Amino acid sequence: MRSDPADYQLVAPGSLQAAVSLLAEDPGSWLPIAGGTDVMVLYAAGKLAARKLLSIWNLPELRRVEVLPAEIRIGAGCTYTDLREHEVVRNELPLLAAAAQWTGGIANQNRGTIGGNIVNASPAADSLPALLAYEADLILISARGERRIPYLDFHTGYKKTQLSAGELIRAVCVDRKFSDYVSYTRKVGARNAQAISKVCVAALGRLKAGIVDDVRIALGGVAPVPLRLVETEKAIRGKAIDPALLFLAKRTAIAEIQPIDDIRSTARYRAAVAGNLIVEFLERLSASGEPQPDQRRDGFVR
Amino acid sequence: MARDRIIGAPVPRKEGPEKVTGQAQYVDDMVLPNMLHGATVRSQIARGKIKNITFGPGVAWDEFVIVSAKDIPGANCVALIVDDQPCLASDFVNHPEEPILLLAHPDRHALPKAVAAVSVEYEPLPAIFTMQESERRSEIIWGADNTFKTYLVEKGDLDRVWEQAAFIVEGEYTTGAQEQLYIENNGMIAVFDPAQGITVWGSLQCPYYVHKALMKLCNLPEDRVRVVQMETGGAFGGKEEYPSMIAGHAALLAMKSGRPVKIVYDRAEDMAATTKRHPSRTRHRTALNKDGKILGGEIEFTIDGGAYATLSSVVLSRGTIHAGGPYYWPKVRIRAKAVATNAPPHGAFRGFGAPQSLFAMERQMDRIAQTIGISPVEIRRRNFFKAGQTTTTDQTVREPIDLDRLLDRALELSDYSAKKKRFAAQNEVLTKKKGMGIATFLHGAGFTGSGERYLSSLVAVEGCADGRVRVLVSSTEFGQGTKTVLSQIVAETLGLRYDDVDVAQADTLTVPNSGPTVASRTVMVVGKIVQSAALGIKQTLHAAGMLGDSYSPEEFRAACRNYVAGHGQFRSLARYEAPPGVFWDDEKYRGEAYAAFAWAVHIAEVSVDLITYSVSVDDFVALQEVGRVLHPVLAEGQITGGVAQAIGMTLYEKVIWQNGRMLNGQMTNYIMPTSADLPPIRVFFEELGNEHGAFGAKGIGELPMDGPAPAIINGAADALGIPFNSIPLLPEDVFEAVTSGTLQKEDEAQPTGGRR
Amino acid sequence: MNESQPKRSEGKCEISLQLNGERRTVCVYPMERLLDVLRRQFNLTGTKEGCGEGECGSCSVLMDGTLVNSCLVPVLQAKDAEILTIEGLAARESSRHLQEAFLQCGGAQCGICTPGMILAAVHLLEKRAQPTLEQIREGLSGNLCRCTGYMQIFEAVTEAARRNTST
Repeated sequence: MRSDPADYQLVAPGSLQAAVSLLAEDPGSWLPIAGGTDVMVLYAAGKLAARKLLSIWNLPELRRVEVLPAEIRIGAGCTYTDLREHEVVRNELPLLAAAAQWTGGIANQNRGTIGGNIVNASPAADSLPALLAYEADLILISARGERRIPYLDFHTGYKKTQLSAGELIRAVCVDRKFSDYVSYTRKVGARNAQAISKVCVAALGRLKAGIVDDVRIALGGVAPVPLRLVETEKAIRGKAIDPALLFLAKRTAIAEIQPIDDIRSTARYRAAVAGNLIVEFLERLSASGEPQPDQRRDGFVR
Repeated sequence: MARDRIIGAPVPRKEGPEKVTGQAQYVDDMVLPNMLHGATVRSQIARGKIKNITFGPGVAWDEFVIVSAKDIPGANCVALIVDDQPCLASDFVNHPEEPILLLAHPDRHALPKAVAAVSVEYEPLPAIFTMQESERRSEIIWGADNTFKTYLVEKGDLDRVWEQAAFIVEGEYTTGAQEQLYIENNGMIAVFDPAQGITVWGSLQCPYYVHKALMKLCNLPEDRVRVVQMETGGAFGGKEEYPSMIAGHAALLAMKSGRPVKIVYDRAEDMAATTKRHPSRTRHRTALNKDGKILGGEIEFTIDGGAYATLSSVVLSRGTIHAGGPYYWPKVRIRAKAVATNAPPHGAFRGFGAPQSLFAMERQMDRIAQTIGISPVEIRRRNFFKAGQTTTTDQTVREPIDLDRLLDRALELSDYSAKKKRFAAQNEVLTKKKGMGIATFLHGAGFTGSGERYLSSLVAVEGCADGRVRVLVSSTEFGQGTKTVLSQIVAETLGLRYDDVDVAQADTLTVPNSGPTVASRTVMVVGKIVQSAALGIKQTLHAAGMLGDSYSPEEFRAACRNYVAGHGQFRSLARYEAPPGVFWDDEKYRGEAYAAFAWAVHIAEVSVDLITYSVSVDDFVALQEVGRVLHPVLAEGQITGGVAQAIGMTLYEKVIWQNGRMLNGQMTNYIMPTSADLPPIRVFFEELGNEHGAFGAKGIGELPMDGPAPAIINGAADALGIPFNSIPLLPEDVFEAVTSGTLQKEDEAQPTGGRR
Repeated sequence: MNESQPKRSEGKCEISLQLNGERRTVCVYPMERLLDVLRRQFNLTGTKEGCGEGECGSCSVLMDGTLVNSCLVPVLQAKDAEILTIEGLAARESSRHLQEAFLQCGGAQCGICTPGMILAAVHLLEKRAQPTLEQIREGLSGNLCRCTGYMQIFEAVTEAARRNTST
């Protein structure tokens, strides 16, 4: 443990309003901490730059799921376990439920939050491709009020986001319109559990009369930000799935991503696996008789 | 012969209840009054001269105890074999993380800042990081030629063999470093009293190694150094020699400050600074006749020892002796060497050289099979030892081991033939390729050659005032079951209840030196001496007329109580006796290397997913002949644990080096298998007995480490038809091999990484 | 025996929690890790530190009935929470089957992962009284064991589940 607790302040204002007020009073000085699964690791390693922390753990306003007629609003303070255990999330947002299931082990799922995952903005984060595929919106809140932005625009660069000073994510909003889509998600990490992604994919597709009517493909681990493969989607949309399309999709995807070599893996590997996963998705989409949620965790099932 | 009542029974683990209730005391659980915390300032460079040390601003230095090499009362070394490793660097550093200064302070939180505020100025020297660079000798970093040790084993005259050969098969195999990753990091507490000397409590395997090292470092006589082992949270060799270093550090701070000092590493420090398994490179050149029988061969075995000699000579020795596997070599030349690089010294890790050389041997056997066109099963059958034949070091294999039959049984247990057939068919169509891999091997238990003679282990068994019996050994418990099995041995030998016997805490003040807890020797070698000592207790009671020829446990206890009441301390000592007919020539490196070999066959069912290129093990059969199973649950636990660790070594655990420094020194990035990653590990035993081991047991702690790597890699090679010769084998490696080979289906556009 | 306290005390606050069924209060810095408060202020050393990064699970405790890695919980966030450590669990009759099963099946070797592993097993069995092998693997996947290779831990949990229902 390489930090001195005496050097840090941590306050827990107890309500969302109090939290955003404090953030407004002293802009840029308070680092929000929810479940701590990212911040506390840095802290123990002596690498946490912030000295003042604001706990937003377990705030009731943030830790709930609202099921509305047209959308599901997931509070940013919901833990992965909350997502896994919520029936509507499980049934209607299988990409997200699957990602929650393979983020860390049970103890970390009980503390890690969807808001934390978004704000930490790791390009390899497990839930983020799902949110891109679902084209979620974010509700942001500050002392100035609330605003709603498309999640697609949220990440502007490596670990840079549209969150402005004094702002928190309040909720993630997802349309309830994906029941007739085939969903496919797969994570490739160094082991079957508790692994940071090398590549992860979340994809949705819909066939109409054998033609790809809509497709969304999002990847983590292949760019400075979680990425929607817009070019690849364009190449697929409106076409029938045949070997030529698989080849084109793979080729376009590999050209569209920007993976790197790092401590966990190589650019070449990530590119190849990304291509393979997209092909697997399209094969599943093609084979689908009727739309069925499909969740696969890499190599886990025996 | 009466059936054993306690030996072979799954008696409860002696210290089990404390472990499952959180009561067991590990070193960090202990706090002493007035205690300081210690930390280590370490080298940031791989090699160089220390020019200057500055204590930066912002730290109240007068609150700290500071120790440097100058404060060492005795010799500045961590005494082991060659004594070349300093306890604290004084003028030169030879690896990243080498300890330079020690700091202590009452508030442990003050230490990281203080360590960061010490600036060391170096004059860097050229450093070397690979075995190849070391062999080139363009830079000499150790001794005259960067070589810690060499061995040459020669059996028969090799020269004609090449001409007679129908096949000559060559191969080169490499293994990487592996971190022991015990879940409890290294830690020590030291106290110094001018009258009593130094006492240390810690996480360790070998109290007397630490004792010897502290005597030399602190310049204290034998009776003014005391080492006490606390409950130790995993060791695997990683706490064989390293504890002498950290104990020395705690002791120096305790001596300087006059206060108790605790040093406990965090995970990052432990991974960065302590020992790892020796990386290796083995080159085989084997001559075979037309039927695939080995005529002879050359084996070149090289290990990377890091910056100081530590235990490299002994790791090299074991690797050398095991390099030929369980096969008959009419002629062989084995050239082995341990070389220096500027990395933290590598050290003991379960298997201790044998996993490295056996990996190579078993991969070579499959390569030979493929070259000649016979099956991996058949090539082994044709070359297995038979009783009466001699090993590479001319040791005659006397016991009636039938490796053919052992292999048969393993093949049946793993459903090998049916699966091979099925996989061959399904590999034509499925993206997940499957294969089967075999490893057949042996592991010698106990110290090599004359080692046990040299150790001359001493044990005591004591009759206590309450009539119970206590075992006094320096052999330590760290999960493998020392306390349980030694208690079983005594209870069975004396006809007592298991609960009548226990094992004293390993404290050099009270226990004799039964040798280090290494080399799979504790049950087999120490257990046998303990048995003798126990018999001595019984004989004394008989001779005193206090015990009849047959008696109940209650009668024994009564007699024991009587004896103690009348005579005071009641102790029976016994010393190691070398088995007759076991001779070893240290100079020629020939003879009986081990009193007993355990034999094993491991078979792995392997899948390779060509979407993710990851290799997984779907089923694992571990069949081993172990002399006698003294405790079925503990024995099985040793095998599954060893297999799991070896699966980690093979498929997951890669140490990423940069200039001698481990880059991935956190559990997030150094990947060991979780409960979700391991296959069913199915364990089976055979028992041939062992005249040299307690109740016929052979050592088994390290045996399971030798088989999984080659079995799995052989299986992966079988699945893909690609030879893999290096571990760890990561998905990225499989990807490179597959896409540069023949399995590439189409022209894949490669990314231009970094493009915006 | 408590260690000597650091010199500075401003910035500390009184934090109360329900620890192993008893209401306890400490005066600590809010950013002290719950793990350290348990071990040092409360002298409950059964909860262990193996990695400090939430990877090994040897610091697992139950917080308000859910399994958490106490090395990642700032103590302020445990304010008024119910904390159950291995010491509190061991005192409960309901954990007896699990302890016995661990002992019988070889689930504990060196013992350092055992407290966390048992907490994780308790958490699992509270959610699923008769877990499948796959559910056990998943439920324990955040608890690393270097000694056993997990097989005997799975057996222990299965056996404990069996004993729980047969009484």
